[in-house]
Amino acid sequence: MLRAERISKSYRASGGHVVAVDGASLQLERGQRLGLVGPSGSGKSTLAQVMAMLLAPDDGSLTVDGDRIDVWGVHCRCELRHRVQLVFQSPRMAVDPRLRVGEAILEPLVASRLLAARDAECAVLLHDWATRVGLTYDLLERFPHEVSEGQLQRACLARALIVAPRYLICDELSSMLDVSTQAALLEAIAAIQAEQELGVLLITHDRVLADTWCGEVADIRELAARSGEGEADATQRHASARAAALSALVRGRQRRAMPP
Amino acid sequence: MSAAGAALRLRGGLTQRLVETARRWPTYMRVAAGVLALLVVAGLLANVVAPLDDTAVDLDHVLEGPTAAHPMGTDEVGRDLLTRVLHGVRISLVIAVLASLAAVAVGALVGVLAGTLGGRADAVLMRMTDVFASQNHFLFGVLLLVLFRPVLGGTGAIMLAIGFTHWPSLARIVRGELLSVRERPFVLAAIGGGASRHRLARRHYLPHLLPAVGLAFVLTVPHAVFHESAYSFLGLGLEPHQASLGNILADGQRSLLAGGWWIALFPGLALLAIAMTIGTIAEYWREHLHPRWRSELEL
Repeated sequence: MLRAERISKSYRASGGHVVAVDGASLQLERGQRLGLVGPSGSGKSTLAQVMAMLLAPDDGSLTVDGDRIDVWGVHCRCELRHRVQLVFQSPRMAVDPRLRVGEAILEPLVASRLLAARDAECAVLLHDWATRVGLTYDLLERFPHEVSEGQLQRACLARALIVAPRYLICDELSSMLDVSTQAALLEAIAAIQAEQELGVLLITHDRVLADTWCGEVADIRELAARSGEGEADATQRHASARAAALSALVRGRQRRAMPP
Repeated sequence: MSAAGAALRLRGGLTQRLVETARRWPTYMRVAAGVLALLVVAGLLANVVAPLDDTAVDLDHVLEGPTAAHPMGTDEVGRDLLTRVLHGVRISLVIAVLASLAAVAVGALVGVLAGTLGGRADAVLMRMTDVFASQNHFLFGVLLLVLFRPVLGGTGAIMLAIGFTHWPSLARIVRGELLSVRERPFVLAAIGGGASRHRLARRHYLPHLLPAVGLAFVLTVPHAVFHESAYSFLGLGLEPHQASLGNILADGQRSLLAGGWWIALFPGLALLAIAMTIGTIAEYWREHLHPRWRSELEL
């Protein structure tokens, strides 16, 4: 179980601190599909980075299958880091522009010295994962700027899955992609998730998507163990309900516009 | 070739890629590259191409204009000017390249230190850089020359003077690039994949900085050629008998009054050719590499 308890994180900004996550608790079981929704700026990505051990929280604790995380980022043990993998929102930013797509997918294995780039096993793994996420082999030799956004996101997914994680966090995985690519990616994740008993946390601002794809959905604004609810929260909730309705409307239109 | 090698083979070797790049060059770039290649080869082969001794004095043929025996004429003590210019090209190019390397090394070091250490060390290093950048770097170079010439000799002092006055802009760029690349999400992704700090530096930071450093090096070379000849012209650089372009120009200035126009003209043209060809190539590279550096890398 991936368990985050009372995670708090604030950033220094001009004119004081900005609290990104305020005492959020979240649990993700293996084999579970959990959705996490919330408006932009509500700290979803910060929480995701903390749960992937990439960012040290100010307060709170994180345990991965019983192992408590005390050090973060490069100081954290490689094996622990590999247990939770994060797929970022924008694939263009999340891939080093100087590595070929194939190199980028293999990079985690090489960086953590599980394999050397020359090993024959690398090619086998690379081709295997390329097939699973739906990349053709010729794309592996290209540079990131020579492939499409959707293809690059598939590569990011392969890069995350190649280290055999137990938990996968998808941070707005599909918000930059068109609907059909989005569906294909989620289908690929679903297949792998069922096969490997992967716990998937799907972070999105799209309530409808979360409701249809995930077994359970959490709202980041309700994760904090806060007492009482101010008027501001109620206003925000109203705004968010409107946003959700709007998003459902748009998705309905897109579905109709798509060829059968 | 192993299976992985086959899966990720590079498209074409370095030579092939260079040829492909050269094919896209506009005509002025081809001319510049050709002339520069000619100058470099002539400089490298100075001893072979010009078999005469560049310091051989021939008092029977003093201040002769261009003839078949001496295509660029002779100077006031009868030394063959073609030979001296060829040696001058070599000496000036070697000094300029080494001095630029020194400048780039200092700039990269300061930039990397400032970008890595951060905080107070960063502030101190960058204010120091500002102080250096606000000085007149030619005068500062003269000061360094005067101080270090007795210790290091002319050649060493010139390299030091150029190296220690041409680093601030590169230091700023390297620091900025380092700070910006560290914030990019692909670094977080690499950490998630298990990369160590060493791996991050080698695999992600360094390749990101190298183009800026390489470009700064090329941009500094023509500048260093001018500086070397200017210092030598002022009598602060190499020994007077050494055939650097600046020294020959200084000789030429004296001979101009005696009507010896060729002694100043030919080394001057050589100097111009070196600076213009390298400058043209660097300019082209800068335009195509990174538009944002256009304004920042004015050396």
